[in-house]
Amino acid sequence: MIELEHVSRRFGEQLAVDDVSLSVARGTITVIVGTSGSGKSTTLRMINRLIEPSSGTIRIDGKDTAAVPGEELRRGIGYVIQGNGLFPHWTVARNIATVPTLLGWEAGRTEKRVDELLSLFSMRSEDFAKKFPHQLSGGEQQRVGVARALAAEPGLLLMDEPFGALDPIIRAKAQEDLLAVQRRLGITVVLVTHDMEEAIHLGHKIAVMDGGKLLQYAPPAEILANPAHGFVERLVNGVDRPFRLLSLSTVATIVEPGTADGPPLAETATLRDALSELLWLKRDALPVAGPDGSLIGRVSLAALRAHAGGPA
Amino acid sequence: MSRIIGPIARLAALGLLLALVLKPEWFVPVLKPFTENNAPVIYNQGSLLSLTLYHLGLVAIASLIGTALALVMGVFVTRKAGAEFLPLSRSLVNIGQTFPPVAVLALAVPVVGFGVKPTLIALVLYGLLPIFENTITGLKEVPENVVEAARGMGLDPTQQLFRVELPLALPVILAGIRLSVVINMGTATIGSTVAAKGLGEVIIAGLLTSNTSFILQGGIIVALLAVLIYDGLAILERRVAKRTGRLAEVAG
Ligand SMILES: Nc1ncnc2c1ncn2[C@@H]1O[C@H](COP(=O)(O)OP(=O)(O)OP(=O)(O)O)[C@@H](O)[C@H]1O
Ligand SMILES: [Mg+2]
Repeated sequence: MIELEHVSRRFGEQLAVDDVSLSVARGTITVIVGTSGSGKSTTLRMINRLIEPSSGTIRIDGKDTAAVPGEELRRGIGYVIQGNGLFPHWTVARNIATVPTLLGWEAGRTEKRVDELLSLFSMRSEDFAKKFPHQLSGGEQQRVGVARALAAEPGLLLMDEPFGALDPIIRAKAQEDLLAVQRRLGITVVLVTHDMEEAIHLGHKIAVMDGGKLLQYAPPAEILANPAHGFVERLVNGVDRPFRLLSLSTVATIVEPGTADGPPLAETATLRDALSELLWLKRDALPVAGPDGSLIGRVSLAALRAHAGGPA
Repeated sequence: MSRIIGPIARLAALGLLLALVLKPEWFVPVLKPFTENNAPVIYNQGSLLSLTLYHLGLVAIASLIGTALALVMGVFVTRKAGAEFLPLSRSLVNIGQTFPPVAVLALAVPVVGFGVKPTLIALVLYGLLPIFENTITGLKEVPENVVEAARGMGLDPTQQLFRVELPLALPVILAGIRLSVVINMGTATIGSTVAAKGLGEVIIAGLLTSNTSFILQGGIIVALLAVLIYDGLAILERRVAKRTGRLAEVAG
């Protein structure tokens, strides 16, 4: 649990972060989204005290972070930045071992942890451990960056535009990896992006910032359905809004009894995928298959339409 | 082609150097035409080997002291606390470079006496600039997000400097050291005017007795030493750069 209480940060005359209060529940992903210069990175960097707040309090699990020495605090918090910032003169293994080495883990334990993390990100230790960062693709570098942040088993992971430098396909894969790892390890993630699409896809909760102020802090469905007046409204009121709404739920939530012709949809597919299939196949309904492949009902265009619209 | 020519040229230079120092009598036929009135062809007022070793020792000590000084200054002015001293340090180091070493000798002798000391002072001052400037450049060129990552992982400032910044700046710093050593290799010959042992003796003896053969011997040995050391340090630099992946970036 992370709590920011009336946190502000000045740079000279400029108020980069202006009286932000928010709390992040343990084991969830919170995405801070906003335009360039809105204070996202500054907010994130105050959590691990790379930047000290000018005023306000930040607590992690009830403990005031100002009471812990900066280096000690940061060794306990994972940190991933855009372009990953891997140490170019160290091998992949040594990069990942950065924090365990600082913490004085014994060699055997560190080595085991490095192997574990490489395999968590589907990289074979024999192939990758001894490579240098410049010998990796951008996607691989990014995964090593996340592995390095997770090395000392932190409960909290801070990510500043971690996927900013990746091409769309690798980026989508990296997002799925993050979701899977977060679910598996149950860690708390605070992620910064300027991409609303990414925020909606990844966040359990989204914090929208503009001009240093926190404008709205709510789950994605809420942000889409009831955006705060002004900036947030403009941010989400694009043509994509119905599709974004649909992408938040799975077929399982609107499956109805009955049958239909055509290839079955998985119940784990998003409503957006379901709509896409229905439109493509020119049908009004498609059957839905459960996890074991047996048919459990159908999904209809009418139900999708009811789900995609705003308030009447 | 250069893969073959490089090592061969290197070996040839090394062979020539060793022969000149250890078996100077071999060169009598070549050097004879440069002497007059039956003057000695080969330098005969001391062993060339020991003079070469003194010369190397002098340059080594001056370079070590210079490197240490320039590194400490370069690191200091790139820290937050030292940033305001950058212009001052830069002017001082530049004066060291522009003030002629001969003048430094002339000023230093009355204070510290004749011999090695004034020579070391002149060499250290004269060799500071390239190391100092390259230390600053190397440290400034360390990618910002790498330093940010180091800080974010919980490295303290000392760990950041020694584990990340200096290793990454090393190739550039080494290039500065290389330049400084080569400059000092030539400059060290003037030490002989204030009685510091070195290859300058050979050249000065040649000048005093109008013996071109002596001048050639001293000059060629100094030049070969400079070329070989320059080359050796360049190889070391490439090795270091390769490890950091910088060379791969440069070479595409
Ligand atoms: N170290 C600093 N010194 C002075 N001003 C700063 C500093 N860091 C940030 N700022 C200013 O504070 C404001 C917020 O910066 P911040 O980096 O938090 O923005 P951001 O939302 O992360 O933007 P981006 O999407 O471009 O990364 C900006 O106007 C920036 O210029
Ligand atoms: Mg930012």
